[in-house]
Amino acid sequence: MNDIKVSIQNLSLGYSDGKESLRNVSLDVRSHAITVLFGPAGGGKSTLLRTINRLNDLTDVEHLSGKVWLDGIDVLDPATDLIALRRRVGMVFARPVVLPMSVRQNLTYGLELAGERVKPRLTEVVEHGLRAAALWEEVLDRLDDPASSLSGGQQQRLCLARVLALEPEVILLDEPTSGLDPISTGKVEATLQKLKQTYTILLVPHSVQQAARTADHAAFILDGELIEFAQGKELFTRPKDQRTEDYIEGRFG
Amino acid sequence: MAVVTQRRHLIQRAGFGGLLLATIATVAPIILVVGLILWRAAPALSLDFLAASPREGMRAGGILPAIVGTFWLTLGTATVAVPFGVGAAIYLSEYAPDSRWTRVIRIAIINLAGIPSIVYGLFGLGLFVLFLRFGTSILAGSLTLAIMTLPVIISTTEEALRAVPQSFRTVSISLGGTQWQTVRRIVLPQALPGIVTGVILGLERAAGETAPILFTAAAFYLPRLPNSPFDATMALPYHLFVISTQVPGMPIELQYGTAAVLLVFVLGMNLLATVIRSRARARRQW
Repeated sequence: MNDIKVSIQNLSLGYSDGKESLRNVSLDVRSHAITVLFGPAGGGKSTLLRTINRLNDLTDVEHLSGKVWLDGIDVLDPATDLIALRRRVGMVFARPVVLPMSVRQNLTYGLELAGERVKPRLTEVVEHGLRAAALWEEVLDRLDDPASSLSGGQQQRLCLARVLALEPEVILLDEPTSGLDPISTGKVEATLQKLKQTYTILLVPHSVQQAARTADHAAFILDGELIEFAQGKELFTRPKDQRTEDYIEGRFG
Repeated sequence: MAVVTQRRHLIQRAGFGGLLLATIATVAPIILVVGLILWRAAPALSLDFLAASPREGMRAGGILPAIVGTFWLTLGTATVAVPFGVGAAIYLSEYAPDSRWTRVIRIAIINLAGIPSIVYGLFGLGLFVLFLRFGTSILAGSLTLAIMTLPVIISTTEEALRAVPQSFRTVSISLGGTQWQTVRRIVLPQALPGIVTGVILGLERAAGETAPILFTAAAFYLPRLPNSPFDATMALPYHLFVISTQVPGMPIELQYGTAAVLLVFVLGMNLLATVIRSRARARRQW
């Protein structure tokens, strides 16, 4: 059951402006679990996420070496079908970005891009996505309202629902609760715990506490390097590296 | 202390007074020009003035051929300038890499906007009228006006496209969209009001220009209506120039009447652009 879903091998990456980068990161992400990437800001966590769905193609990457495998598919191969890849690897961003259309259209957008035209199928996907993101009851009678009229917490769950509507295999979450109040955060976290039974989840948390709460596996990333990678409980109770311990206990941040 | 405070109040009042004066000095001439023209034009304005051809060497009758001519020239300009201008802007904003080449192209476009319109007129005369043998015609005039309008349309369209938040594009791509799908389904619809506004403002300038059509399209006196793109035509701005300077004994209300019609035509387009922009802004979700 806990197979390796994403395998990152000796990944190094640098942007042309020399800012954020990754140095020789190797990491196996297991399916049906939440793997947390945590560490100080600017350490390369987002970069790592964006490499897995090749969203870094949109930015100015100067050098890139190493391998990323998704079920034996070479993700970084230039010949990889990016559209197929991004349907298998969904992403939720730090700021909830709802597209300027109705709640319903936000849900069906991805499928329509893929050419789905069958009405009942689209209707079904709307309900499926919203239920999976624990948003269905709240927006049931507002499906045709502009998505921007939802609250911040609802918008972020809508972004999650939009990803789930595509039935991906891996979900990347880049500080999905950074703009949310504690109640909305709790809802998102509870949803993730349910979702991990079906999906492979990679989460960049917005705090060490969230990392400790949610992690099945945890990777501590500092200045582009993977310092320590272990089972969540293990890492947060008995960190092996001094730097991990210092960070967890709040001695630097 | 009290003296200092009083001085600061005085300076403040003088400052605002100066700014108010500058504002009045800007607005007053516009109101005077529009008001004067409409007032002096009133005796000439009638259905007959709009719907009849000029008679008696333009000293009587209406200006229908000039109105129709300006309409066709503007439409012709739009037909050419909109697809090319919007297309180029989409390419530059969404697809073109940020290379030395694209920077050169951008600078060229900005400089094109600064070329005097008479130069466009002479260029149109050389290329369309003489070399391509279109003759003095609506076609040659429209093409000339289109080239003059392109830079305006390209830069305003690019601006409208860039105003659409980058995050929409990122999300669309992350959901498995191609770049073209993202442009067509998200970026273009969101930028459309801005594009339409820019297009109208560009066309409005084209509609009011005299120099570019002087050698390429405009006829001094041609009372019949044009019936093919290869016909020369009367046009409002050129007609106004002719009856104001070239025809002795012109009744003055006809001059003002023609100016008023041109003004309403151009201001009407301006108003349309403003309405589109403000309505879109009210509906915008970002």
